[in-house]
Amino acid sequence: MEHTQRRPAGVARASSGLMDGLQRWLPKLVVAPTFLLVGIGIYGYMLWTGVLSFTNSSFLPSYNFVGLEQYAKLMESERWIVASWNLAIFGGLFIGICLLIGVVLAIFLDQRIRQEGAIRTIYLYPMALSMIVTGTVWRWILNPRLGLEKLMHDWGWTSFSFDWLVNSDFAIYTIVMAAVWQASGFVMALFLAGLRGVDSSIIRAARVDGASLPVIYWKIILPSLRPVFFSSVMVLAHIAIKSFDLVMAMTAGGPGYSTDLPAVFMYAHTFTRGQMGLGSASAMLMLGAILALLVPYLYSELREKRHD
Amino acid sequence: MKSFKRHLTALAVSAALMPTAAVQAGEVEVLHWWTAGGEARAAAALKKMMEEQGHTWKDFAVAGGGGEAAMTVLKTRAVSGNPPAAAQIKGLDIREWAELGFLTSLDSVADAENWDQLIPPMISDVMKYEGEYVAVPVNVHRVNWLWVNPEVMKDVGVEVPTTLDEFFDVADKLKAEGYIPLAHGGQPWQDATVFDAVALAELGPDDYRKAFVDHDMDVINSAKMEDVFAQFAKVMSYVDDDAAGRDWNTATGMVIRGEAAMQIMGDWAKGEFTAAGLTPGEDYVCAPAPGTTGQFTFNVDSFAMFTLSEEEDIKAQKDLARTILEPEFQTLFNQNKGSIPVRTDMDMSDFDTCAQASMNTFKSSADDGGLVPSFSHGLATTSYIQGQIFDVVTNFVNSNNPDPAKTTDQLAAAIQSAM
Repeated sequence: MEHTQRRPAGVARASSGLMDGLQRWLPKLVVAPTFLLVGIGIYGYMLWTGVLSFTNSSFLPSYNFVGLEQYAKLMESERWIVASWNLAIFGGLFIGICLLIGVVLAIFLDQRIRQEGAIRTIYLYPMALSMIVTGTVWRWILNPRLGLEKLMHDWGWTSFSFDWLVNSDFAIYTIVMAAVWQASGFVMALFLAGLRGVDSSIIRAARVDGASLPVIYWKIILPSLRPVFFSSVMVLAHIAIKSFDLVMAMTAGGPGYSTDLPAVFMYAHTFTRGQMGLGSASAMLMLGAILALLVPYLYSELREKRHD
Repeated sequence: MKSFKRHLTALAVSAALMPTAAVQAGEVEVLHWWTAGGEARAAAALKKMMEEQGHTWKDFAVAGGGGEAAMTVLKTRAVSGNPPAAAQIKGLDIREWAELGFLTSLDSVADAENWDQLIPPMISDVMKYEGEYVAVPVNVHRVNWLWVNPEVMKDVGVEVPTTLDEFFDVADKLKAEGYIPLAHGGQPWQDATVFDAVALAELGPDDYRKAFVDHDMDVINSAKMEDVFAQFAKVMSYVDDDAAGRDWNTATGMVIRGEAAMQIMGDWAKGEFTAAGLTPGEDYVCAPAPGTTGQFTFNVDSFAMFTLSEEEDIKAQKDLARTILEPEFQTLFNQNKGSIPVRTDMDMSDFDTCAQASMNTFKSSADDGGLVPSFSHGLATTSYIQGQIFDVVTNFVNSNNPDPAKTTDQLAAAIQSAM
């Protein structure tokens, strides 16, 4: 009796040990290919780009190290300075205006209006388009001989002039317009979800205390949406830094190089000008810019977690 | 069973025949971006000629403007040790590839075919690395052309300008009549193409060479260069306000439709006029860019030949090099592409008047020193310096208050930093 009882138990223990092992290893096995691809495809090449930025690589990679020479060249390059300024203008305005429009639209939509679903879809729809399409459409709209200006002239308002797209001082703002058009609906959706999550009893309590609606939004609801602001800024900031296709489709960096962004600069130098070293240096600086945004964010996130 | 046997016999017979048919047949793989219109027809003709010589042609066409996409593919293939036999590489880039040890010497073909006698030395220099041919020139484009709509000129009552001063005079009259004097597209390479022509007119061929080939700072950072920028700004002031980002062929279309009177562009513009069914000399006029009569800015397309390992393939590659320079291909190709043959001994009677004029200037300028490589098309300088000049030029054009003196300093600094 004892004998028969012990044996099945031993078998069960052995097979459960195997199952345990499998259970421990299976998830690791499943994610291993992904980690490998990410490790090589993202971090490996990041490292390689870093190495190349210290070499004098021309149109093929070389390992002739020249120290920080490429970075020094970059800092002297007027085109890089223009591209960096453009990123500051574009990024700042793009994030600011997107947040403003997104919040305002979300608050309006939150008033339990009719046909909300249809309106929401209309505002969100631009996000479904590729940046290339957005860029091409806005290029046509803003082209003085083709779009808005011509339309106004045809309608008889002949003194109307709107030539920002072909004016090197203002072209960067047309990029902002197109990008805002594309992304503000998305920000609206994020905030709308946030607004719907706010406990209605808080609002009712504030009403009882006699607070007006704007005050409720300004003092109570929006501050409680801080995490939504945070994630919106993160998403918009990385769209801004990696912006390439929109510029290529709208202005190709022109007139001249007045609408160059760092990503456009990097592509032009690495792949068409045969200055891979300089291009890599600019890529590393872009990485630095993203890290500068990301690290404080991660830090605050992780710290809060630990706090809990 | 019977039919199976017959198949087997057929196989055996064909297997026995195969080696004799393929005794000299190599494979030649050619990377090019001649994928549309006349260029595609020209490539097909080359393929046919190679196949007639018993070789297999493996087409490696990568479409995409100016070959940027093709160059990316080529780099990958070359680095992984599997380059094509020939690739469309031009100008100073040939030297870069040769320096890295990718290219093979073509001197056996060149000596047998006497290339040194056929090709002007200015051009064969570009094809050589350390005295040996590593590339074959296919054609010669003239960059300093002025394309004119004669109807518009007649309407305003002016003649085709031959100097810059005449150009300004004519352009003022055209502007007063409501025409756009100069059709242009605001893209960096087009800005540079016009600058190229103005620089040649102002500096003359010797100083042009000093500035853009030798990068002599005495010429680059001089009062003369300031004059070039000043004249260039004046030329560009006759372009309409909406030129930013316009493609060159759209600008050519404006000349064809009579909205604009003139365009400064290389002879590939002829293709647009031909496609519109126009005849040179009657419906449109090709004249040297103002102030550059008798001078010739050349832009040469070429194939660089890569080092291969298979004996048959090397044979095929050499045959390809020889075929490209044979009169038959030169005529056919250049008639389709709008350029002129690179050989100076060709019969030009089958070409149109623009091409004939181009050839005459080509020969005469090769003798009197008026033949200069075009910096805006990568024949005079490396792609880095070229890129730096493009940046300065296009920034000058698009600046709201262009300053020639300051820009000259910028140009000197930019070239110095890239050297």
